[in-house]
Amino acid sequence: MPQFGDGNKTDKGFAYINRSVPRVDARDKVTGRAKYAADLEFPGMLLGGALFSPYAHAQVVRINADKARALPGVRAVLTFEDIKKEKSWGYYTYLSGRLRYRGDVTAIVAAEDWHALQAGLNAIEVEYQELPAVFTVEEALAEGAPLVHENDPECEGNIWSHSRYKVRKGDVDEAFAHCDRIIEREYRTEPVEHAYMEPEAAVAVPDSTSGLMTVYAGAVNPYFTRRWVADVLDIPRAKTRVIQQTVGGSFGGKEELMGLTAARAALLAQATDRPVKMLVSREQSIAASTKRHPFTMKYKLGVNNDGRLQAFQVEVIENVGAFHMHEFMNFRASVHAAGVYEIPNVKVDVYGVFTNTVTAGAMRGYSSPQLIFGSEQLYEETAAELGMDYMDFKRLNMLKPGGVNACGQAMDSEIILPEILDTLFEKTGFETKRKQYAAQPAGLIRKGIGMAMFYRGCGLGAESPDASAGFVCVHDDGSVMINSGIVENGQGMKTSFTQIVAETLSVSPDIIHFIGADTHTIPDSGITAASRSTVMGAQSVKLAAEELKAYLLETAAMMFHAKPEQVELKEGLFHLIGVPDAVIPFQVVCNVHHWTGQQAGVMRWYKPPALDYSMEQGGGKAFPTYAYGCVIAEVEVDTATGEVDVKKVTCGHDLGTVINDKIVEGQIYGGVLMGQGFAVMEKLVMQNGAIRTNNFDTYMIATSMDLPDIDVVLFESSDEAGTYGAKSVGEPATEGVAAAIISAIKNATGLHIRSIPVTKVELKALLNRQNAEGGSAAAAARE
Amino acid sequence: MLLHIILNGKPITAEIEPEQTLLSVLRNDLKHTGAKQGCGVGECGACTVVLDGRAIKSCTVLAAQCEGSEVLTIEGLAKNNELHPLQRAFIDHGAIQCGYCTAGFIMTALALLQRKPNATRGEIQAAISGNLCRCTGYVQIIDAIEAYAAALGEPPAKEGL
Repeated sequence: MPQFGDGNKTDKGFAYINRSVPRVDARDKVTGRAKYAADLEFPGMLLGGALFSPYAHAQVVRINADKARALPGVRAVLTFEDIKKEKSWGYYTYLSGRLRYRGDVTAIVAAEDWHALQAGLNAIEVEYQELPAVFTVEEALAEGAPLVHENDPECEGNIWSHSRYKVRKGDVDEAFAHCDRIIEREYRTEPVEHAYMEPEAAVAVPDSTSGLMTVYAGAVNPYFTRRWVADVLDIPRAKTRVIQQTVGGSFGGKEELMGLTAARAALLAQATDRPVKMLVSREQSIAASTKRHPFTMKYKLGVNNDGRLQAFQVEVIENVGAFHMHEFMNFRASVHAAGVYEIPNVKVDVYGVFTNTVTAGAMRGYSSPQLIFGSEQLYEETAAELGMDYMDFKRLNMLKPGGVNACGQAMDSEIILPEILDTLFEKTGFETKRKQYAAQPAGLIRKGIGMAMFYRGCGLGAESPDASAGFVCVHDDGSVMINSGIVENGQGMKTSFTQIVAETLSVSPDIIHFIGADTHTIPDSGITAASRSTVMGAQSVKLAAEELKAYLLETAAMMFHAKPEQVELKEGLFHLIGVPDAVIPFQVVCNVHHWTGQQAGVMRWYKPPALDYSMEQGGGKAFPTYAYGCVIAEVEVDTATGEVDVKKVTCGHDLGTVINDKIVEGQIYGGVLMGQGFAVMEKLVMQNGAIRTNNFDTYMIATSMDLPDIDVVLFESSDEAGTYGAKSVGEPATEGVAAAIISAIKNATGLHIRSIPVTKVELKALLNRQNAEGGSAAAAARE
Repeated sequence: MLLHIILNGKPITAEIEPEQTLLSVLRNDLKHTGAKQGCGVGECGACTVVLDGRAIKSCTVLAAQCEGSEVLTIEGLAKNNELHPLQRAFIDHGAIQCGYCTAGFIMTALALLQRKPNATRGEIQAAISGNLCRCTGYVQIIDAIEAYAAALGEPPAKEGL
């Protein structure tokens, strides 16, 4: 398939997708009119706040809120002693006397203004008994380690038993016994802050007449948020309404702390019978929101001297922090652990370990950025040990059309990875530069080029039902209204879905209006995550639009005195096929459609065909299709300071069908900087479970001055599993970037980096050690 | 205390507390919520407004310091529902995702280009380095500002083409 882009554009014959149209929410966002939860005001509204734990692990011995309650302007104080249930839906705690990390909350306050709120929080008297804590997986797994959760049937010691996932293919032990070489390595990654620009905020508005609790929140999953609110108030879902406000970024993160914040605001709203706005400060957000899981990856690889991979074994241990609700991540992790390679024998074990640190949750990639870093470095080290060119090694072992992937899924759809590699290598001069840089004389500034290749199962796959609701209706004036249980987080899905409905009906996207998420308007469609929205979530609005179109064709046929199959709707006009002048505008048909009482709205449900995967056996068909990608990074390493200047990043992604190229490019640019942060910038510093880098003055995300030259190449392919053939891009955009940068640092310095992020402090230390061990040996190691 | 400012061209008087930041007064008292609080320490730039021609982080400026000043916020850009060309450029170049940082970038760019209409791409990149964006990777934001700067720099004869 050709590339998508200027002068070489694919023509899939679409009228409204496969091209860029302006975002449907752009006007509200450039004028400042878009309302985020923190912008809302209601009559009589109070401000809510929470008292977070000052310890990583502690028991509250005594709590007294009498003084706080007596303060002027304080309208409610609720401690863990005042609520019916501490433990939340999703395994966190709403309020608790047992504090398992610094994000836990003992009490909440509602007050007339900010000053009264702070005074109220300060006046709560709490006596804590500090408990021994565990922070690393090693500490948590040590004999006799303090337990984060005692007497919990979900735990074996500090291991979270529900989080165990595995893959089994062939017989690794047999293969290890017969292969030429065995390579063992361990790689690590550290937690990453989502750093969405909008901190969590929620406004809970009670209605004592109807008993309805409405919460306005910047929630990534309004249905999860609704569960938290309904659960803590002990009211039915049908009496709990979550209206999603404009979300100021999520990247998987606005889920746990968001839901808990909504629940805490709702508790205060219920207690005071007044609206309560709860704002989370940036410092609180960084302390209490989830982070990308830190991974420890222990590999054992069996390979023959000719470079052929024989066996792949890995134990992936995640530090999940004090609480967790993402056991499903480990399904994805287990399937993707070996990367986009064909290996006959595979054994993967993934599990999480509880500690008294910040909790881990979904973050863009959902295990893949960590695993791609680990496995791509592993293969690079293996090639070096074999004395092979690492691209020869990778090409030899890469997954090819008709092959079987690591979890035993036969790859029956198109694999365009070779074409992506060839294109990117030619664009960057990869192979020449790689050799040239490996031979560069030792100097202050060393150049390097590196690559990572990867694939990603699209949607939720066998993880859980990838089902969603979609709604489309027409009005008598010809305007169209659509909605979906999938939600806008800033990624652009409202625009993409609008284009998909435009394409299906064949009307201009300008007449289509997207309602937006409100749990009282459309059924729970699961979480907007896993890059599933366009691929699978849009299928339901497409189905609804198809059905509605059929009804409209009947009306148009009646008006033409013809049969529906003689009529077509094309670009806003109904045509009687074969009669050039017989044309009726869309809005005229919609008007007649309405006044003749025809069905004008359709809600449809889409659930993709079941996949044949066994969690017990650890194998099978895991995903309906996969998106392929490659990233090439070019860096300059300052050997005096250890600073890595990422000069250029070239990305090639398999989009299946591009829905909106500007939106896709925006996803990729943002994904590159997030990957760059993961590799060389973003160091979350923790001491005794407290995050020291708790604002943007110390937690360094990329600014415009860190921006490399980014070259994006979009590829299309033929697989039809996704909506109009679309594949995922939100997470692929970032997942291979860190691995490519680390590969480039290897090329520049000869250093195999086994733990990321490698900020200048860590890299300088590695370079110093390399110097101490002898510069010439290091140069020899640079291939 | 009383604060007098010219907000988006209109004289405004507000009763404020001495310790209130300009951002707090704009958002809570004057109900101009286009400027956002992202960090509260002047690092993210979501609160950027133009104060007497300079882009400033309104979360780190006391409102009381702004007595008699002209304050321009995102709400002051579009006239009669007609977008400012810089807003238009942000839309056309896909420079918006979640939108939380967008107003801050536009205000920073506006102040830069009012001071230096022929700013280069490098100067634009440097000028916005105090504004953080986690979604876009900055590329399309820089493209948008550059396109607007290029339109500003065109000789008058070419305008309207």
